[in-house]
Amino acid sequence: MTEFLRFLEMGGYAGYVWSAYGISAVVLIITLLLPLLENKYIRKRIDRMLEEEQD
Amino acid sequence: MYIWFHKLGSAPTFYKWSGLWLPWLGAICFILFAAGLYSGLVYAPADYQQGDSFRIIYMHVPAAWMSMFVYVVMAVSGAIGIIWHVKLAQIAMISSAPIGFSFTVLALVTGSIWGRPMWGTWWEWGDARLMSEALLLFLYIGVIGLSIAIEDKRKAAQAVAILSLVGLINIPIIHYSVVWLNTLHQGPTVSKFDTPSIDMRMFMPLLIMALAFKLFYVVVLLLRTRNELLWRERRSQWVKNIIQGTSND
Repeated sequence: MTEFLRFLEMGGYAGYVWSAYGISAVVLIITLLLPLLENKYIRKRIDRMLEEEQD
Repeated sequence: MYIWFHKLGSAPTFYKWSGLWLPWLGAICFILFAAGLYSGLVYAPADYQQGDSFRIIYMHVPAAWMSMFVYVVMAVSGAIGIIWHVKLAQIAMISSAPIGFSFTVLALVTGSIWGRPMWGTWWEWGDARLMSEALLLFLYIGVIGLSIAIEDKRKAAQAVAILSLVGLINIPIIHYSVVWLNTLHQGPTVSKFDTPSIDMRMFMPLLIMALAFKLFYVVVLLLRTRNELLWRERRSQWVKNIIQGTSND
């Protein structure tokens, strides 16, 4: 346990190291999620377009 | 060879193949990130001068490398796109910009957080490396803005390609800014392979993270390119088949 706490402390630089890694994780996840969400949106739009053509 | 190239360049074939590759590339990318994070945060020893704060390097340096790499890919595919009218290259150019933007933001933000304890400042206006990287951010914003603002896809591709080719001159400036101009940012530690100034246990995590970032770019680029293809070819039969589920791609 103390070993894990020491790891979290990052030799006194915890605030800097973890905020850098935290922000990086958030930015990378957003970068990955955007095209995945866009894909769903595009499929829905094309699907609607095809349905309208059939009417 | 040409036929093969042409076939891969055709939209339905590209869509099909990239769909087969994506889960594997994503899985390898995830494993590399896990390995890179573990070795960077736990396995690598603390730096004798910077202590544990140096661990920011494993996010900062790969992001900074990729911010430049993606820019070069974007400019080169832009040139291919307008010279030979390769549609897939034009799409790759437009799709690269938001990814490069993310990497540039990361390089600047993590650099700033690292600079605070090491240099005593979040930002230094006089530093050549910092300013040229900030200019890169604005080039990406310009490219994204242009591609959204110009309605005609062909004209947008031309304008974006020209802007990114002009901005290409910034890349060697970023790279050599720490060598030519001796300002705040430190010099290269990694590219001097003959006399390595970095411990192997510190270098391996960096290499793994660099690979993870590169693969991450490939994965997101494929996802974005596939979206763009679906939308641009929405009137064609192959897209119809995919959307209506008669094709299981």
